[in-house]
Amino acid sequence: MIWLRALVAMLIGAPVLVGVGLTLAAAWGADWTKVLALPGLWGGLRLTLITGIGATVLSLALSVPLGLWIMGRPWAARWLAPMLAVPHAALAIGLAFLIAPSGWFGRALAQVLGWAVPPAWPLPGDPYGAALVLGLVLKELPFLLLMTLASASQVDVTGQMAVGRSLGYAPGRVWARVIWPQLYPGLRLPVFIVLAYGLSVVDMALILGPSHPPTLAVQILRLYTAPEMRQAEASVLAIGLVAMTAALAGIWWLAERACTAFGLMALRRGRRGIARRWPGSVVMAAQGGLFVAAMAVLALWSVTGIWRFPDLWPEGLSLALWARGDWIAVALRSLWLGLASVSLALTLAVAVLEGEHRAGRPLRLGAIIVAPLLLPQIGFLQGLTTGFLWLGLPAGPLAVIWAEVLFVFPYVLLSLGGPWRALDPDQLRAAASLGAGPWRQLWRVRLPLLARPIAAAAAVGFAVSVAQYLAVLLPGAGRVATLTTEAVALASGADRRVAAVYGLAQAVLPLLAFALALALPAYGRGGSGGRAP
Amino acid sequence: MRFLALALMLAASPALADWSETLAEARGQTVYFNAWGGDQRTNDFIAWVGAQTEEQFGVKVTQVKLSDTAEAVARVQAEKAAGQKTGGAVDLIWINGPNFLAMKEAGLLHGPFVADLPNARYLDLSEGAPAATDFTVPVEGMEAPWRLAKFVFAHDAARVEPPARMADFPVWAAAHPGRLTHPNPANFMGATFLKQALAELAPDPAALAAPVTDAGYAAQTAPLWAWYDALRPNLWRAGQAFPENESVQAQLLADGEVDIAMFFDPAAPAALIAQGVLPESVRVFTPEGGTIGNVSFVAIPFNAANRAGAEVVANFLLDPATQAHMQDVNVLGSYSVLDPSMLDDAARAAFAALPSAPALPTLEQLGPTLPEPHPSWMTRLTADWAKRYTP
Repeated sequence: MIWLRALVAMLIGAPVLVGVGLTLAAAWGADWTKVLALPGLWGGLRLTLITGIGATVLSLALSVPLGLWIMGRPWAARWLAPMLAVPHAALAIGLAFLIAPSGWFGRALAQVLGWAVPPAWPLPGDPYGAALVLGLVLKELPFLLLMTLASASQVDVTGQMAVGRSLGYAPGRVWARVIWPQLYPGLRLPVFIVLAYGLSVVDMALILGPSHPPTLAVQILRLYTAPEMRQAEASVLAIGLVAMTAALAGIWWLAERACTAFGLMALRRGRRGIARRWPGSVVMAAQGGLFVAAMAVLALWSVTGIWRFPDLWPEGLSLALWARGDWIAVALRSLWLGLASVSLALTLAVAVLEGEHRAGRPLRLGAIIVAPLLLPQIGFLQGLTTGFLWLGLPAGPLAVIWAEVLFVFPYVLLSLGGPWRALDPDQLRAAASLGAGPWRQLWRVRLPLLARPIAAAAAVGFAVSVAQYLAVLLPGAGRVATLTTEAVALASGADRRVAAVYGLAQAVLPLLAFALALALPAYGRGGSGGRAP
Repeated sequence: MRFLALALMLAASPALADWSETLAEARGQTVYFNAWGGDQRTNDFIAWVGAQTEEQFGVKVTQVKLSDTAEAVARVQAEKAAGQKTGGAVDLIWINGPNFLAMKEAGLLHGPFVADLPNARYLDLSEGAPAATDFTVPVEGMEAPWRLAKFVFAHDAARVEPPARMADFPVWAAAHPGRLTHPNPANFMGATFLKQALAELAPDPAALAAPVTDAGYAAQTAPLWAWYDALRPNLWRAGQAFPENESVQAQLLADGEVDIAMFFDPAAPAALIAQGVLPESVRVFTPEGGTIGNVSFVAIPFNAANRAGAEVVANFLLDPATQAHMQDVNVLGSYSVLDPSMLDDAARAAFAALPSAPALPTLEQLGPTLPEPHPSWMTRLTADWAKRYTP
């Protein structure tokens, strides 16, 4: 299986390494005094720390009680996947339309309070990054909840809860002090992904974050695209962001130790706690309500004729912008880029999992697979674009697909890995006893049985692909326009209705993929195969 | 005489032969037109241009919608650094001012090519003419003009009376706290706002035409910063945040979050009203002393993959029919760059027949056009602003 490890190393590991390496090389000759004197550097650093750490801590803190709440409510858990599917940029645009002074909330208040002009509240783009934190939490909380549920399926939650309660502990205590700590090892990687994402997000920060100064990641992008040769300065900051992310992950790990010690102490004290009603439904309603309202306001703006403050509804509806049809070519491009990167990622994931199965042991790919998710994207994508040029791969769709696979593959592998490894080996043994060779076992037994998880993994990968911003912008040299790049660009245009058309299309595409994944295998023969993790 | 005629023909024909060669080479090419994509009308116009050139010359146009022109400049720079001398990703750039100077000085441009364009005969390219000068820098045939830009303000006349001069802005803002802002000077529109104020407030405006010096900068900008310090506390969000560009500010005006917006296109408010973005009560105003104006150009990078196609598009943009279509307020409303005295009667009639709109200012209402300062002033001004006012 050496060739398989080499293949993954070459396709996924090498680009990240080359990207970081070339970024580091570009940073080498930089003038440090110039970098340190950049206006807004320290303000941007503070902002990055507040929003990145704030969003991670808040999402995780909310996911603990909400995890318990949602475990008993499968109907609520069903909302998580669609919220995961909606790209960050689409949510950010919709959320901005809600919380801006002239947004839906402001208009509702104006009806009551009789305002003639919008209030002077500084949203979105407030200097503390609160709007950005809110946007990040709305996207990361469903992710962490889904990971909590996945992790909880490995633990006997009902049994432990019964024991804890029979000892007189309040359910919240049992969950937070006994069960959740057992789930945390499965959450560590997702939390680090959320942390790295929060520290380096660009599209959401452009729409919801402050611009004076913006976060470090946005400052780096601006330097990379500045007319004067500022690649070196940008690269220094990009490497700085990578180092900062690593340092914070280290600090997080130390904080985990401290929390463990503290938790054990609290456990030994043995306070039972009182059964409090955790307002899970309120938090979940706020989470889901903001999501639905953001999508609704996007949909409404996309069909608006004229809509003046403080009117609650548009003066007239019109499908003119949809009928113009300029979004169709862009949507088709997002579609085929997604299909291409998902096909590649899925093939590679099946190869890795099947290789692991035939070798009878894990491939020890570890860090290679998740490195693209744990590093700030801006820390290696510009270097990677240079690397692609040296390889003779010009900026364009092919470079974009490769860059997207870096982010699509880990999610596809992680979501397919569980069901794949959990497949009942007896079925394969039965096939083998009937004379089926390894290839026939794969094609005729395993893949059909796993049709549903494969479709789900493909949908996850597709959503990841559609949502990519930097992985399209930098390796595509701006020539590859997707729904995401267009939506982000149009979000700073004059016509909110056009931005809404692209934002909504960007949200609908992955939702359709999820709906297809749910619907299609039900008609196939393997509909019931494969246990969910 | 016959010899002279023959000699003239020989001298003239290479250019014509060149152009038919260019047309032949261009057929089938796709031109990647890198243009700021924040304005839907411009995007629509470029799409129209592409449809026309495809039909007439077999040249397709794909607009690469930039959020900042500097992105395209950086891309060409990166390609040069990587040794890519042909097949570059950028074929045509909508450019002017500092970006043009940067590319020209770094040898990143193809040219001179403007004189080879057949439609250049409608241009006044004499030395110092607006179509031959970009922010005081001589164009020298390295970029072709395509639209006129003139800085204007727009206000919601249903709500406010605008200030009369730049010097009155602080008083106006004090009377209307939070209702005025300007785009971030990192964006060219924000920088133009500062330059507009500088043009009125500088003790010696003539000094702005020459490259900036330390002493000159300090002397000329001192009144500007005093003015700005008085203005800033009463700006939108207390001068702590700024819209990213003119479009975002136009949206703020449409939403009623501010009372004033600014544009580099006198027809933009009328067009945005027609689209239902701005309220019908919005009107254009200009300060008494006049406003800064310049010409927008297109340039071709030295390594453009589709150079011939790019030249065909640049030439098509200068066609009198194209320019008249562009000046139509229902299309783009940008004023033509052609010299009216060089047009024939049919072309002049096409311009005369263009429709009008209530928010479309007349040339008299627009007032005098002030020259752009040398690009070095803008670079210095925006860097200084960032240093002074970035927390």
